Amino acid sequence: MSTKTLPAFRTNTPRTMPRKPAQRQDTVAGHGGFASKLTVNGLLVVGALYMVVPVLWLLFASTKNAADLYGTSAYALGNFALFENIAAVAAQDGGVFFRWMANSILYAGVGAVLGSLISVMAGYAFDKFNFRWKDSLFGFVLVGVLIPNTATVLPMYLLASVVGMTNTIWAVLIPVLCNPFGVYLARVYASSYVPSETLEAARVDGAGPIRSFFALGLPMMMPGYITIALFQFVGVWNNFMLPLVMLQDEQLLPVSVGISIWQGYAVPQPEFVPMVITGSLLSIIPLLVAFIMLQRFWKSGLTTGAVK
Amino acid sequence: MATQAPTAVPQPAAPQRRRSTASGTGGRTAALFLVPFFAVFAIAMVAPVIYAIVLSFYAQQKSGLGFGEAKTSFVGFENYLQVLESESFVTGIARLGLYCAIYIPCMVGGAVVFALLLDATVARARKLFQLLVFLPHAVPGVIAALIWAYLYTPGISPVVQALQGGGIQVNFLDAHMVLPAIVNIGVWEWTGYNVIILFTALQAVPREILEAARVDGAGEIRAALSIKFPLILPALSVIMLFTIIGTLQLFTEPSIIAKATPSITSTWVPNMWAYDAAFIRHNLNQAAAASIIIAALAAFLSLVVTRFSSRMNKS
Repeated sequence: MSTKTLPAFRTNTPRTMPRKPAQRQDTVAGHGGFASKLTVNGLLVVGALYMVVPVLWLLFASTKNAADLYGTSAYALGNFALFENIAAVAAQDGGVFFRWMANSILYAGVGAVLGSLISVMAGYAFDKFNFRWKDSLFGFVLVGVLIPNTATVLPMYLLASVVGMTNTIWAVLIPVLCNPFGVYLARVYASSYVPSETLEAARVDGAGPIRSFFALGLPMMMPGYITIALFQFVGVWNNFMLPLVMLQDEQLLPVSVGISIWQGYAVPQPEFVPMVITGSLLSIIPLLVAFIMLQRFWKSGLTTGAVK
Repeated sequence: MATQAPTAVPQPAAPQRRRSTASGTGGRTAALFLVPFFAVFAIAMVAPVIYAIVLSFYAQQKSGLGFGEAKTSFVGFENYLQVLESESFVTGIARLGLYCAIYIPCMVGGAVVFALLLDATVARARKLFQLLVFLPHAVPGVIAALIWAYLYTPGISPVVQALQGGGIQVNFLDAHMVLPAIVNIGVWEWTGYNVIILFTALQAVPREILEAARVDGAGEIRAALSIKFPLILPALSVIMLFTIIGTLQLFTEPSIIAKATPSITSTWVPNMWAYDAAFIRHNLNQAAAASIIIAALAAFLSLVVTRFSSRMNKS
């Protein structure tokens, strides 16, 4: 699994009544009885624990050295070895871990910023312009949405080896620019965020279509752009099969593939285990930070972009 | 234009895709906006698929990476037949079917229940719960599989330890348990994400309707089942679509878990089979045929899902 899927759609009701109604609903009929309150919230806590505990385990495990990892209770603190573990991660193979992190940031960053711009431009064009073969072209976009990413990885590798592009950053960077689902979403965002009258007014005032896209359309679609970019960032960061297939040079690997190599070492050499665990923790920090910082955007993006 | 994405599905991939340059108002400007996308689309999707189709009709007498052109011969559907007759490939498909049969009800069912609970009037701290259930989505598949691999490993895992304390001996990594164990990883990764989507859909259910139901004496559970649930069906069908496409991609999690247990073979699911064909058995033509079969299966299944859900939404 992985990649793809940032969905959006919504039922057949008028939009823009997010968040607030919840509040109102509480005051109107906020007496459900103590038992039901307990049941509902109890079940929510159980579900949330299931989601959180594995990540917490990672946090605790990364503070332990190999002996404590096997020796102490999972959620007890052993000798606090987090910084030693980080130092070991940093020292291994001449700091290759940070190279991997930088690669991931490069691949995911380019995919997010440039790939999403490409998608947003296309989606905007599908919504705002009339041109011949519009429907059939959009049909291709939808077919692209439905083809599983991993099914194209091997063919892409075969093609890349014909033109001699395997084991280069381009082998990873070019495919991540292609995000058909982003185009679909951008079309939805364009129709809900950018009023055609505004563009018409700009046209009357003498602005060309490119100018009005960058000056009006793009800023108005910014929450949608950030949502697409964020999910594309996560998708590329998660990408495993593509770089695994395309790249052999250890210096080019993204962190996902790099850590899986260490995991392979850890089978015969258990002293690698704390490094795998600590490296895993370090590698998810950028994503957690991005999600928490951009919460406002992805939530409003999922909400408002959620049109039919 | 409800659910126009899913309904307008595959016109078969006739390789006739050139953007419109002239004609139509704004044709030329539209082209400017569309060229970047369709250029990468052509490079990253169309060309590889076409090349894979071509490759899948040939076979190499002497297999080898890059230098086998000498004895390439056209073999028609021979590669497809070999793939489909391969016991390990067929087993992989069956295993994937079993995976779906467990995974989809668990994950989608779990997401629906959690979203309905979150939308219940008595629920508290909704924002916090949303953030917490969404947390696993910020964890890459590789890392999620790694975490769970350790949580399944006796000696490290608090889960195994706790179960042993309760007198239950489970080896999550043995041949019988490893499939459910991998289902669990998928459930963990994707439930929260879909909760957010369903919760968003639930928030859009007009409060007047719920109010009216309450006045008519419908309890909270009744309202959830007979009013809220039908209204989020369109959202559910989209989730089903993406879930099915997603499960066909299954590769990362079993590949990672495979390093922790011999129960997972190198051809465990179709994608791993194709990878193995390309890089271990060095049969690129077969790998290409397998990839095409997987893509065709995905297209077929999404067609079925969209047909089914559009019929359901009509009735």
